[in-house]
Amino acid sequence: MTIENASRSKTDTKEDIVETNKNYDFQLPIICDVDTLRMLIRKDGVRVVDVRKTEEYRQEHIPSAVSLPLAQLLEKDIPTAIMDILQNLGISDKMPVVIYDNTFGALAARVAWSFQYVGHPNTALLEMTFSQWKNLGLETETKINSFPMKTHSLTINHSIHADASYVEAAKEHPNKILIDSRERLNFLTEHIPKAKNIPYTMLGSNGSILRSPEEIKRYIENRGIPVDAEIITYCGSVGTLSGLTYYALKLAGIENVRLYSKSFREWKSLGKPKEEFKDANYWDLSAD
Amino acid sequence: MADYNVNTTGNTGPIQKGVSRPKPNPKWGREEESEMFAQNVKHFRQKKLSDDDFRRFRLQHGAYGSRLQMNYSMIRIKVPSGEVNPEQLEKIASLSEAFSIGSAHVSTRQNIQLHWVQLEDVSEVMTGLVEAGLTTREACGNTVRNVMCSHFAGVCPDEKFDATPYAKAIARFFIRNPMCQNLPRKFKINFACCDNHGLARIADIGLIPEIKDEKRGFKIYLGGGLGAASFIGHLVEDFTPESKLLPTCMATIRLFDRHGNRENMARNRMRYLVHEVGWDKFQRLVFKERSIVEMTTANYTSKLFDVKAEEETRPLPKAVNPKMVKLPMLNERVTLESPAYERWLHSNVVPQKQDGYFTAFVTLAAGDITANQLRILAGAIREFSAEGTARNTPQQNLAIRYIRAVDLPDFYNRLGSIGLANPGALTIASAVGCSGTTSCNLAITNSHRLAKEVEYKFLELGLDTDDSLRDSTIKISGCPNSCGQHEIATIGFFGGASRIGPTMAPTYTMLFGGSAGEQSELGKAIMRVPAKRVIDTIRKIIEIYKQERSDSETLNQWINKIVRGEGTGSVRNIENMKASLTPLMQLLPVEKDPEVYSDYGNDARFSAKTARGECAA
Repeated sequence: MTIENASRSKTDTKEDIVETNKNYDFQLPIICDVDTLRMLIRKDGVRVVDVRKTEEYRQEHIPSAVSLPLAQLLEKDIPTAIMDILQNLGISDKMPVVIYDNTFGALAARVAWSFQYVGHPNTALLEMTFSQWKNLGLETETKINSFPMKTHSLTINHSIHADASYVEAAKEHPNKILIDSRERLNFLTEHIPKAKNIPYTMLGSNGSILRSPEEIKRYIENRGIPVDAEIITYCGSVGTLSGLTYYALKLAGIENVRLYSKSFREWKSLGKPKEEFKDANYWDLSAD
Repeated sequence: MADYNVNTTGNTGPIQKGVSRPKPNPKWGREEESEMFAQNVKHFRQKKLSDDDFRRFRLQHGAYGSRLQMNYSMIRIKVPSGEVNPEQLEKIASLSEAFSIGSAHVSTRQNIQLHWVQLEDVSEVMTGLVEAGLTTREACGNTVRNVMCSHFAGVCPDEKFDATPYAKAIARFFIRNPMCQNLPRKFKINFACCDNHGLARIADIGLIPEIKDEKRGFKIYLGGGLGAASFIGHLVEDFTPESKLLPTCMATIRLFDRHGNRENMARNRMRYLVHEVGWDKFQRLVFKERSIVEMTTANYTSKLFDVKAEEETRPLPKAVNPKMVKLPMLNERVTLESPAYERWLHSNVVPQKQDGYFTAFVTLAAGDITANQLRILAGAIREFSAEGTARNTPQQNLAIRYIRAVDLPDFYNRLGSIGLANPGALTIASAVGCSGTTSCNLAITNSHRLAKEVEYKFLELGLDTDDSLRDSTIKISGCPNSCGQHEIATIGFFGGASRIGPTMAPTYTMLFGGSAGEQSELGKAIMRVPAKRVIDTIRKIIEIYKQERSDSETLNQWINKIVRGEGTGSVRNIENMKASLTPLMQLLPVEKDPEVYSDYGNDARFSAKTARGECAA
């Protein structure tokens, strides 16, 4: 295994562009463990992306991390803009990218999915949140990092994305299954017709943003979802919770997963049909 | 202030909280049962298991169908004797977050319930519970349900001895016991600590510890229970020695199993059998059956009832240094203006028979507690309770026992940090409410929300500081079945639907004068009250009481006097009371005041929707 050194030169020269054509031959798994990330950081062979708020990043972050608050990505959530972000963060086509947040992995997942959507093939989620990293006493720094721009190609990965009309058409296909990642009470109140509920709260476990693949696979099988089904995940507003579900399903070995990134907020604003259940007063049970 | 911690060896030491090592895992659960549950859910979905067979299996394993949504379950976690340790609370927290709605609910029979769990995830919850030593086995269905024990057992100044190990041994003996897997109907056993505390007379078998000639035994009551028709239990004999405890329980269950009504679901609880046969005859049958049990029960079987095995093995503190100053505030008056801590001490903390140790109650609104609260509370129990466990109470609160006086302020602050330091736990403000239309198939009204509204309002008004109201209770059920135990409340309510003019509205039937303890009385129905007028009605009753009472009479005493028709002022009896309250029941037409025709927690037009109950299957 060899890992290319990423250039830290401030000058944006032809040399950098040449470097983008070099091969990073370390292919990250879906979840990057702490030891692997630390090894990659030592070898300067990874771009670490912190998607928390700018202030949080400024206070402290994982060594060598760059800042990309999720809000910045969502501001202009179109493929060319995301490609620009990759380039500005100095991420070339195959460079390993490890993303973390402090929101149980959901924000990191949404960013990772966007990178994958525009064609970045080597993205992973850090196995834990920043708080957990800190609790383990692992190294952090306060230095604001920036790297020379790189070029990144744009190859839209249509097979991992769903829009409202795709979701609507899916209900005619028995092998296309919708999964709602919101909490149980939100789901019970209203959801897209025929959706099944796997609340994001089921996915994590102590110390890790995702449970073991075996557990997640069992939850899916228990719900009678075949592993060869196509699954479309959605959540309440911008595809964060369902982004995490996207990766949970991939981790569990489901090949064909799509994210409805604009999720239930768009669905409702378009006036699409909903399933509602009004015969119980669920909310009164949630201790307030 | 100098403070000492005395352990059972009598050594005094410097400041230490004297917390015992954790209790061993009680191992109520079995892993193979969760696997079997997962398997049977699959078979049911594949239609290899009929609806009826599956329902019976599901209930036997503690998963109750949710309101009009049979794909979801309410998981009832049994807590035998109400004793729940911090590890269990933490496990319940994480399971509720992952698979339920992020909060847990303390029931009126010392169960802890998780609502709206997808049927497919029930086995996952069960697996987690087994790790923490908990079970849902026989929490529903026609079985011996959770065995209750007064939450004061072991610390009650009036108790003859600690009933807890007996309650646990009885629970251990009957769970999974072939003799009670298919009873005519559910069967409830309650242990009290003394004559005042506990629910001994509203259970199929109720037991109060008693000592005679220096020998341990019980006063055993049979055939009590609340429901659409309620009965107070009958005393079997003046004294049942410890040695006859198990034979008496076995004989009773065998009689019920043999003679109980398996045809009419509405009349198949044992209390109906006792009523129909007549107590004298039933009592003779019990004695006869008990001799048969005693003569025929194998030694091996009797040994399965093992009280010793359930006894506390850790050295618990007996008392702290008697010189230590007692809590000054406990018996003094507080007002709405008193500091919050004093108000809490006044209504949530009681001394134990172990001098210098106190039991503090955590006020939960209608029994609800969030996952985060459970976690922090678990830490506080480890840190501050010398016995290192909690007990849940039929008033839907949690009792944390063995807290030293000196630690009470810190414990209070810890509760405050998670919003659990409300006062009023032992007062009229701590209203009981079953789950109602939030999750129950049988419910007509949202008793759960109403109980919370009562509590919020009463705390706001500072009614918890009024000692004349302290021994009064408010209990609310969402239908005539008595999960909210409305019949043993000073003022009880059960939900219904009434036509008011052309409109259906949620209403409650109000009852007066119920009580628990050995002198249990069932409440008397007074009148129907629109749901949105319940709080005003209670306040009006308090107002009338204040005008009419004689000197030191409490609200509870006064209401009982009215029920007996012995009032001395202008309101002498129930009829006078009704007349005084009637103006409150007048509603404007629905167009002018639509809000009073709706139920709490729901803006939509009220309609009474119910489905088949699952208490029996």
